[in-house]
Amino acid sequence: MSDVLVQSPAEKKPLLGKKERKLITDPLSDNNPVTIQVLGICSALAVTTQMKPTMVMALSVTAVVALSNLVISLMRNAIPPRIRIIVQLTVVSVLVILVDQILKAYMYDISKQLSVFVGLIITNCIVMGRLEAYAMGNKPFPSLLDGLGNGFGYGAVILTVAFFRELLGSGKLFGFKVIPDAVYEAGYVNNGLMMIPAGALFVVACYIWVQRSFAKHLEEKE
Amino acid sequence: MSSKGNSGTIVFALVVTTLSAALLAAAATILKPAQDENVLKEKQQNILSLVGLNGPNDYKKFDQLVQGLVIDQEGQQVQGVEALALDLALEKKLNTKNPAYKVRYPMYVYQDPRGRTTYLLQVAGTGLWGPIWGYLALDEDGNTLRSAIFDHKGETPGLGAEINTDVFEQQFINKKLLNEQGDFVSVKVEKGKHDASMPHAVDAISGGTITSNGVSKMLEQDLVCYLKYIRQQSTQSPQL
Repeated sequence: MSDVLVQSPAEKKPLLGKKERKLITDPLSDNNPVTIQVLGICSALAVTTQMKPTMVMALSVTAVVALSNLVISLMRNAIPPRIRIIVQLTVVSVLVILVDQILKAYMYDISKQLSVFVGLIITNCIVMGRLEAYAMGNKPFPSLLDGLGNGFGYGAVILTVAFFRELLGSGKLFGFKVIPDAVYEAGYVNNGLMMIPAGALFVVACYIWVQRSFAKHLEEKE
Repeated sequence: MSSKGNSGTIVFALVVTTLSAALLAAAATILKPAQDENVLKEKQQNILSLVGLNGPNDYKKFDQLVQGLVIDQEGQQVQGVEALALDLALEKKLNTKNPAYKVRYPMYVYQDPRGRTTYLLQVAGTGLWGPIWGYLALDEDGNTLRSAIFDHKGETPGLGAEINTDVFEQQFINKKLLNEQGDFVSVKVEKGKHDASMPHAVDAISGGTITSNGVSKMLEQDLVCYLKYIRQQSTQSPQL
């Protein structure tokens, strides 16, 4: 975990150095916003009954986190400290409204399925959390990467949850039937629990369980 | 740093908000045509699906498939207004503000290949959190519902929002609007078990009482106005 970054001064710093890569990969596992930081759980429960809207949600959140991180980082030295939270909120709201408008114009069906949850990205704790924790104190490019990483980390979790919920709940993936009719004729039934938000809690819990049994260092020391 | 003073803070806030507002206004203006087209397309698809026209391109032939007309709340036909362009929710709002205002209702007439007429009606009302609306197919007898579609702006997911599910909508098939004496009794959304022997009631959604009541209310309010028009039509053409 504590590799020292060795870099000869003459060498030009690569666009994606080790530190930069870490910004992207860390939130995927060891510092995942949903399973480790436990942020953004509500939308993870709400939009994950099907893969397709979940995918759009993941991309929307990634775009919002990455761009708001970038914008706030660019402005970080000019933002008066007393109004910094409301400035962050303004930037996030603008981006979320843009995403919502674009979805309504070009992906109307999915925007209807996601309904209020696109607007609720504004209140997704991942976004504000990353702005306060990272973008306010770091340069624009690392902030962009940090945003992308956290967006992907969020996306990875909700897509995994959606995979199991759609597969077990309706026997489909991305809207296509994957469980053959013969299985249903043999007495298999879809799991209704997966279609309701409680189902997502079980899947998220299992996800965390599996993740922690592989990564023992995440366990709290007694 | 100047941004730490009060004036600096105010200037910064003004610049940020002005820029944000300009950006959003521009986006809204640019995207509006595409969004409006989506809404119109959805409305046309909803109306056509009432009579089983679910083809992905059916909505392009909307004007050939159904004939739109506008009536007022007394059942008189209103000329010079396009049915699709009429905002029923707005009409009803104007009426609440000013009871003298006559609500105009859009309706569509569909003739199936065997020549049987179906009236496609639009209803609008209020649920718990906001607007709810629906489209109904009424048989030419002016009594039997053939199908129903409901939708809402933001009812509670899992509770009131269930009005747009097939399970709820299919309950309306073959329900009757008139009692045996021929008087309008509408279809009520009520608690309890309902079956085909109860022609004027469907099962409400547990936990969605206010939304369910909203559906009952909008059906009662709006269908009676359509019936006025449909009855006039059938007295004019005695073969019905």
